[in-house]
Amino acid sequence: MSILAITLLSGCDALLQSTSDPNGIVYCSEGNPASFNPQLDTSGTTVDASSHQIYDRLIDFDPVTGDIVPALATSWLASDDGRTYTFQLRKEVAFHKTQTFKPTRFFNADDVLFSIDRWRLTEHPYHDVSGGRYPYTDSLDLGSLITQVKRLNGYRVEITLSKPESSFLANLATDFSVILSAEYADKLTARNQKELIDHKPVGTGPYQLSSFRKDRYIRYKKHTEYWRQIELTDKLIFDITPSSSLRLAKLLTAECDAIALPAHGELEVIRKQENLILDEKPGLNVGFWAFNTSKPPFDDPKVRRALGMAIDRNVLIEAIYYNNAITAKNIVPPTSWAFQADVKPLSYNPSAAKKLLREQGIPDGFTMNVWAMPVQRAYNPNAIKMAELIQAYLQEVGIQVNIISYEWSTFRERLTEGLHDSVLIGWSADNGDPDNFYRPLLSCAAIKSGTNRAMWCSKEYDLLINQALQYIEISERTYFYGKANELLAEQLPLIPIAHASRYQAHRKKLGGLVINPFGGVRFGGVKKNQ
Amino acid sequence: MSNVLFRYTNLILVTLFILSLLSFLLAYLFPGQAIENLTGLRIDELTELQSSQIKYAVDGNMFIQYWHYMSELFAGNWGVSFSSGLPLYEDVSYYLPASIELSAYALFLSFFIGLPLGFLAALRHHRLTDYSLLSISLLGYSVPVFWLALISILVFSLQLGWFPLSGRISLVFEIPKITGFILIDILLSDSIDKHAALIDAVRHLILPTFSIAIVTTTLILRITRRSVIETLNSEFILAAYARGLTPRQVLMRHGVRNALIPILPLLAMQFPTLLTNAMIVESIFSWPGIGNWLIQAIYQQDYPAIRAGMLAVSALVVVFTMSIDLSIRLTDPKRRRVERVAI
Repeated sequence: MSILAITLLSGCDALLQSTSDPNGIVYCSEGNPASFNPQLDTSGTTVDASSHQIYDRLIDFDPVTGDIVPALATSWLASDDGRTYTFQLRKEVAFHKTQTFKPTRFFNADDVLFSIDRWRLTEHPYHDVSGGRYPYTDSLDLGSLITQVKRLNGYRVEITLSKPESSFLANLATDFSVILSAEYADKLTARNQKELIDHKPVGTGPYQLSSFRKDRYIRYKKHTEYWRQIELTDKLIFDITPSSSLRLAKLLTAECDAIALPAHGELEVIRKQENLILDEKPGLNVGFWAFNTSKPPFDDPKVRRALGMAIDRNVLIEAIYYNNAITAKNIVPPTSWAFQADVKPLSYNPSAAKKLLREQGIPDGFTMNVWAMPVQRAYNPNAIKMAELIQAYLQEVGIQVNIISYEWSTFRERLTEGLHDSVLIGWSADNGDPDNFYRPLLSCAAIKSGTNRAMWCSKEYDLLINQALQYIEISERTYFYGKANELLAEQLPLIPIAHASRYQAHRKKLGGLVINPFGGVRFGGVKKNQ
Repeated sequence: MSNVLFRYTNLILVTLFILSLLSFLLAYLFPGQAIENLTGLRIDELTELQSSQIKYAVDGNMFIQYWHYMSELFAGNWGVSFSSGLPLYEDVSYYLPASIELSAYALFLSFFIGLPLGFLAALRHHRLTDYSLLSISLLGYSVPVFWLALISILVFSLQLGWFPLSGRISLVFEIPKITGFILIDILLSDSIDKHAALIDAVRHLILPTFSIAIVTTTLILRITRRSVIETLNSEFILAAYARGLTPRQVLMRHGVRNALIPILPLLAMQFPTLLTNAMIVESIFSWPGIGNWLIQAIYQQDYPAIRAGMLAVSALVVVFTMSIDLSIRLTDPKRRRVERVAI
């Protein structure tokens, strides 16, 4: 009897202790990835789940300094005219071994050719697999920029550009320029299972996918032959938890070691906890209100200006971001060198806005819709609430607003079709180059690839941002971006609202997790201490 | 006896038939194309499939369609989910055991606590113990389950940090699905640290089990108490006393058995209530059970999943309650006579 009592007591004690496995890291992520190939999707969820876990790139950004550093390419050389780049590749880099694929060779030039040609060449056998849309590279029109990718020898690749472009290297270092396995692709072609390349991925990254259950979890295991000498845990698990308060609760009870996107309203709670750490960095992002400029009356810059004057952005920042963001002046944040402080900002002036609207023939009681994205993003933690505030502001100037929201993938599809009047959405940069804001957001080419939410196409603007790319010197490029900023301030295809800081919360035991300002989360080198 | 057996089998079959008919009709009542709601595949995907391997009786009349629906159902082709694209049969057989497991533990726990307390209250009839137990049970019975679950999360998970608040087991443990019952699966698996996994699974079980068990416990307590009081007031108990037996002997030899016989069927009938409560609690504790899954399906307007989930849960409840009822009728001599049966 007493023995039973003792075992029961010690059992109770054991039950109250959380027994977390030191060999596994649990990350509470916010949603399901669409696939495991970031070439196919700009969504942060897909990038987080694949880019830095499963794959490597030729070159990387240093998350602290922002410099471009070697990854799968050990060195590179640009020709004097800035049109040819030669990459020397790393040797003895192993691909993942999975149940259906045993690599017989190390990474080499063929893999680089395959990975780039897949999105670059429309006639490539893998181009149309999984839809054939490559939003990031399409929006930057990289396909027509690169004229040739040539294999010089097994470990040397030469890329030729149609014109010199200073942001080219930065684009190769983004989350989307991952290197896939050409050998795996050949195997899949032989088995007639091409689509598996994006759902049962093989890469050279620190972790390999072991299983994925929608709405539940993604499991990864350690890539035992990873080429970088960094610490890896045996198991990495993404616990898919869409509710941000539940993510926080799980972090508090140690069910998660780190969480994605802590809500702005909950940051104080995290700061107060002794065993939690909240990292903060100014974000390379912008949250904005874009008008569908292909639809009247939003094709009229004066109408857009009037609508912009009708809302008080400072109040939006207080209410939606809890002051964890700064009011946007340009589309680039102040940390970027293309930022221009002297652009005259829109000021809140409802009576002037009302007058301007009437002058442009917008009657009292005019109805428009504001699309609010259904998910939270760093650049806009609560688009629906923001839409409600905008609804109230526009009511004051005699405009009725219908708020529209769909499930995220439907939402983006319909946006690309241009069914909206205006939309609350935003952009997180994938590299430190300002071109990453100007081109995907507002260039003509980006309408087709579905990142230009304003459907705005201006020859003058396209010329300016293209000219900016032909110079290497930052001072020269600043001049053109300054011109572009002025044009945007005058035309207002979108109203920039805020640049939000980026936050990352994790338990104190987790060491080595740093905020990656240029995109997805990285778990290579992250270790759980005892 | 064969008469009873026949009548029950008949009743189960008729009820299941009505349920299957209802689930079939749901496909027509839900928005969208009936064939999409039945298969979970979009029309364009269907036409592709149709040309290759599967034939659909889309053009036949309702009876023929129903016939095909039933034959697919029995073959395990329940269609696929709109949202995840996974086969529904696989999904249901993954999530349903989790709910059954949770309900079963809660039922067991309620018996374990409710029965002794009910006896205690009855034996201390009209005394302080009785009154306090009664008032506590009234309180437990009136507390909404979802509120209780949230409060227990707040206190035991977030403030005291004793128990985890979501899931069946930490995702770090990878338990291969064999039976679908987590504790059994842990014992059957061999690749992991069983001890740690078991402790972790039990830690995850405690809060949801208690949240569900409280209502059932109070019910059992009240039913037991009443039955024991009635039994102790009956004449054969008086006769036993008259024969000079001690109160203890009376209770053990005549009281317990006679008090339990009428309440056991009542207790088994608590299972549906329990399952309903479990479905609510599941969504609070993110328990990967059928209730949580159904609620997600409703949110995402996943009609094939709602149809399959509803059919699976209702069939389970019907079969379970009727089998219990049947077995009681067959074993209890007093009730062997055929009467009109009811669920």
